[in-house]
Amino acid sequence: MSTISDPPSGSFQLSMLINDTRYRSYTFQFIALILLILAFGYLGSNLLANLKAAGLNISYQFLGEPAGYDINQTLIPYTSQSTHWQASLVGVLNTLLVAFLGCLMATVIGVVVGVLRLSDNWLVRQLMSIYVEIFRNVPVLIWILIIMAVFIAVLPQPRDFRGEDAEASMVLGMFAFTGRGFYTPAPIFGVGSGFVVAVFLASIAGIFAFRNYAKKALYERGRLIPTFWPSVAIFFIPSILAYFILGRPISLEYPELKGFNFQGGIFMRNSLIALWFALSIYTAAFIAENVRAGILAVSKGQTEAAASLGLRPGRIMNLVVLPQALRVIIPPLISQYLNLTKNSSLAIAVGYMDLTGTLGGITLNQTGRAIEAIFLLMLFYLAISLAISAIMNVYNNAVKLKER
Amino acid sequence: MSDTHAQTVAFVRETMLPEQPPPASEAGVIKWMRENLFKGWFNSILTILSLYFIFKIVTGAYPWFANGIWTTSSLAECREILDGATGACFSVLTERWNQLLFGFTYPPEAYWRPTLAFVLLIVAIAPVLYPKAPRQMLFFTGIYPFLAYWLIWGGTLLTPLMVLLGFVAGYFAFKQFERQSFAMGLVAGVIAAIVVIWAGGVVPASMPDVLAIQAIPSRDLGGFMLNMILGTVCVSLSLPLGILLALGRQSSMPIIKWICVIFIEFIRGVPLITLLFVANVVLAYFFPPDANIDLVLRVIIMITMFSAAYIAEVIRGGLAALPRGQYEAADSLGLDYAQSMRLIILPQALKISIPGIVNVAVGLFKDTTLVSVISMFDLVGMIRGPILASTEWNGVYWELWGFAVFVFFIVCFSISKYSQWLERQLATDHR
Amino acid sequence: MKKLAILGAMTAAGLSAGVASAATLDDVKARGKLNCGVTTGLVGFAAPNANGEWEGFDVGVCRAVAAAVLGDPTAVEFVPTTGKTRFTALASGEIDMLARNTTWTFSRDVDLGFEFVGINYYDGQGFMVPKELGVSSAKELDGATVCIQTGTTTELNLADFFRANNISYEPVPIETNAEAQPLYLEGACDVYTTDASGLAATRAAFENPGDHVVLPEIISKEPLGPLVRHGDNQWGDIVRWSLNALIAAEELGVTSANVAEMSAAAGSNPEINRLLGTEGTLGEMLGLEADWAVKAISAGGNYGELFEKNIGENTPIGLARGLNAQWTEGGLLYSPPFR
Repeated sequence: MSTISDPPSGSFQLSMLINDTRYRSYTFQFIALILLILAFGYLGSNLLANLKAAGLNISYQFLGEPAGYDINQTLIPYTSQSTHWQASLVGVLNTLLVAFLGCLMATVIGVVVGVLRLSDNWLVRQLMSIYVEIFRNVPVLIWILIIMAVFIAVLPQPRDFRGEDAEASMVLGMFAFTGRGFYTPAPIFGVGSGFVVAVFLASIAGIFAFRNYAKKALYERGRLIPTFWPSVAIFFIPSILAYFILGRPISLEYPELKGFNFQGGIFMRNSLIALWFALSIYTAAFIAENVRAGILAVSKGQTEAAASLGLRPGRIMNLVVLPQALRVIIPPLISQYLNLTKNSSLAIAVGYMDLTGTLGGITLNQTGRAIEAIFLLMLFYLAISLAISAIMNVYNNAVKLKER
Repeated sequence: MSDTHAQTVAFVRETMLPEQPPPASEAGVIKWMRENLFKGWFNSILTILSLYFIFKIVTGAYPWFANGIWTTSSLAECREILDGATGACFSVLTERWNQLLFGFTYPPEAYWRPTLAFVLLIVAIAPVLYPKAPRQMLFFTGIYPFLAYWLIWGGTLLTPLMVLLGFVAGYFAFKQFERQSFAMGLVAGVIAAIVVIWAGGVVPASMPDVLAIQAIPSRDLGGFMLNMILGTVCVSLSLPLGILLALGRQSSMPIIKWICVIFIEFIRGVPLITLLFVANVVLAYFFPPDANIDLVLRVIIMITMFSAAYIAEVIRGGLAALPRGQYEAADSLGLDYAQSMRLIILPQALKISIPGIVNVAVGLFKDTTLVSVISMFDLVGMIRGPILASTEWNGVYWELWGFAVFVFFIVCFSISKYSQWLERQLATDHR
Repeated sequence: MKKLAILGAMTAAGLSAGVASAATLDDVKARGKLNCGVTTGLVGFAAPNANGEWEGFDVGVCRAVAAAVLGDPTAVEFVPTTGKTRFTALASGEIDMLARNTTWTFSRDVDLGFEFVGINYYDGQGFMVPKELGVSSAKELDGATVCIQTGTTTELNLADFFRANNISYEPVPIETNAEAQPLYLEGACDVYTTDASGLAATRAAFENPGDHVVLPEIISKEPLGPLVRHGDNQWGDIVRWSLNALIAAEELGVTSANVAEMSAAAGSNPEINRLLGTEGTLGEMLGLEADWAVKAISAGGNYGELFEKNIGENTPIGLARGLNAQWTEGGLLYSPPFR
């Protein structure tokens, strides 16, 4: 008969490493560490042996050497004489571009579809759930390739625009939708255009100021000032006035068929559009589900309570439902953004020159530096992921339900 | 009206009027349509737009399907028969059916083997999928992986048999030592399994012709079969690995915890395609030159690691969602870590995680198409490569891509429907 | 931490000691199969036929080496490789040799650590355009959209060519030949550029090859040849001399039809005798059997036969011998003497 006493101390035996819970965890960790080192040592020694046998070494010198190849979409100046490092930067920017455009469009489509899935309209509801199910359940790679196939097989090629009775013609004389991509007019900024842009930016700031003022007026003096039409007026009128007063400094450059291709204007390459659209509609299907779940997660009592306070439906949505739904929607939304960014690496399937296409594609092929190139490639994606995760954590902490 | 009343005696109705049918606008189809399709001007516009959209799709697609040609041997021939009319050349599917399903290098006389393996797969996973199926079938599930390996890759049956024997030996060793401690049992089991497999490796090497069927190298696998193999193998392998990683991440031992955290975050941070590049061009450097680990195996390793990291996160969510009391209850019963995990925590955590795990599985199955980017000929790879580039079928996009969409949709949609069903089945908390 | 580093280094050292570099020849013999890297599919050079059997000009080289080493031309495992994977596959030992129309360049030979054992096809980069564009010279391609296969010397040559001529172009990078084909045919690019032999092979697979022309300019030198890893000279010699045996056999008039007869007994020409092993010990020096060249030649014929059968003028690909004729006929093929 004894009450609980301290375990006998002092006499440490080897068997305690296994049987005593106090020491067992050290044993396990030690074993894990040894195994890890062994595994790394094994892989590393194989790597060294293989590299030695093949007469290779690990070196990042290739990044400073001229790349020698051309890239068709460059956001920064780049020629075939630039270095592999600059080629990688071009790839990084192209990745970020398509990821940004994709996230934007996926959010818009996703929110619309998510709301429409809860619509009163039976037909719309059915259509939207068909959309969601079809796009969620088919690999995104197939969607990318299908949209690319549309470009290749359905849209007219520039040569079809040629001649007197051409098979295809430009829309409104401004837009050309070809199998190689879309051509749209590009603005040309003449003298004084800076002022117009400044006026435009100022009027946007003006709208915010006006809305703030209206809000203040409502809350402090109870005066309801209409905001919609004045906002529209502030948005358009000053800019248009400035545009005409300064003698129309901004003109449009129209794409024109010259030689093999359209020249002039803004050219959006088929690979960019295919990737952008496919990633958007695929991710939008997931976002729609998140949005729907988020709205459904706000209990009906909240809506009813707001209604009993006499709020109009629009305000119920804006002031009561959405703020609560967003807390549920945003975290999965951000992880969808992350997925979209990672999926953008499928660019390689349609020849869009993102980082996987430059550093992980042509640079790797040309220099044969597979280990180095893929290591850098992974590092880049890892950095993006960690950055997005960090943002998500900050947000989560900010909107965390403050329980008192 | 007032006249009649003035002349007659006041009338008092003694019975209730029979119930009138509601006005036509408030009943049946019309009411339903009014409430569900034409409620307000906005909804009406949406409905009309949707109807127009559906009309366009149907009128566009119907002749394409109806005029479909199923029996030509090339696109030119098919176009000739269609003679300018809208119509699909489904003959590409019939003519290349085997290539789409099995790839172009799998020996045709062996097609029955993967087919049989697929049918048996349904039998084998039935007891896992349907809790009500007879328990004895689990025995077959245990044997199935070895049988499927033999069917698909061929060679002597002794190879998978020896591995199976190793697992059985490991199991018995585990049972033997489990009473001392779980860890001892585990170590004993692993050692027994390795010894038996290693020693048993001599047997198939010495008798390569016993119960042998034609051996097929894995680079000959292709078509939808490859997607199925990759999907099934990687999901089943990544499940135990994912559980271990999740437990490791929750562990109180810092070294183990950090190993798991770094592994999981690293894998989740990079796109699968870079991992496939690793499998394709880097991984070979990390094995001894004579190891001869072929591409399919390397890809399986990388995809398994990929999905294990995702499954680990799902299970971690399940573990975190369990009330603290469950852990404390297990401790207070005096169960050690292994027991409390096996008997109390994991059964509940896994149940919570099932929908998430199925989502990962569906995502993984879809991601198996990425192997086409590293020039493996899965369904997508077959379409992009040998079929679309062949002289006969240059330019048959819709039929082929439509087929791919159809196949993946059927599989993934049924899996997710199954997961919803299972979720309802397992909902025992009567909310 | 220091302890860990030492421990890791020790493990590494202990394990690497076990990894001895075995000779490729012994590996191949032990395996009973030659692992030969080829393209994922280029008709005429290496492509699986309807029965899934590989055939083509490069495949012929693989089969000849397999026949010389193992005595069996079918003992070859063909490993399809892309531009991206081919060098890793070779460097990591996944394949024993690479016969995948690979251009012999300085950096590949020196920096990447490979050994090109010879040249089996003298090629150059060309352009193919649809006839209806009415282009007759590559210099008229200003502003054109060009489909290029990535991972080749092609894109570097292309950039140089357009820069040198001061004209612009839109590159469309494509991974494989198969993916480039629909893009080019549907007009998503105006021009397709790759090695002239590849253009001919691609054009042969079109429904109407006549609608497309190969422009006269050849903008680069592309000596294509099989390669092996650096460092295993014996294996390099075997592959090199198997290729030379095929070339010499054509020069000496040894064909798959008469090789059996000629090797039955020593003939009057001593070089043929040495080649076919009826005289001298050349096979032994290579570590092979005396009749190694006989087997290599009977596998698919001599160089000329392989050429005619797979890519010659009577095949759909229809390539002329041109530079690839024997030196005696004005070409560049010149096998060192067998003595």
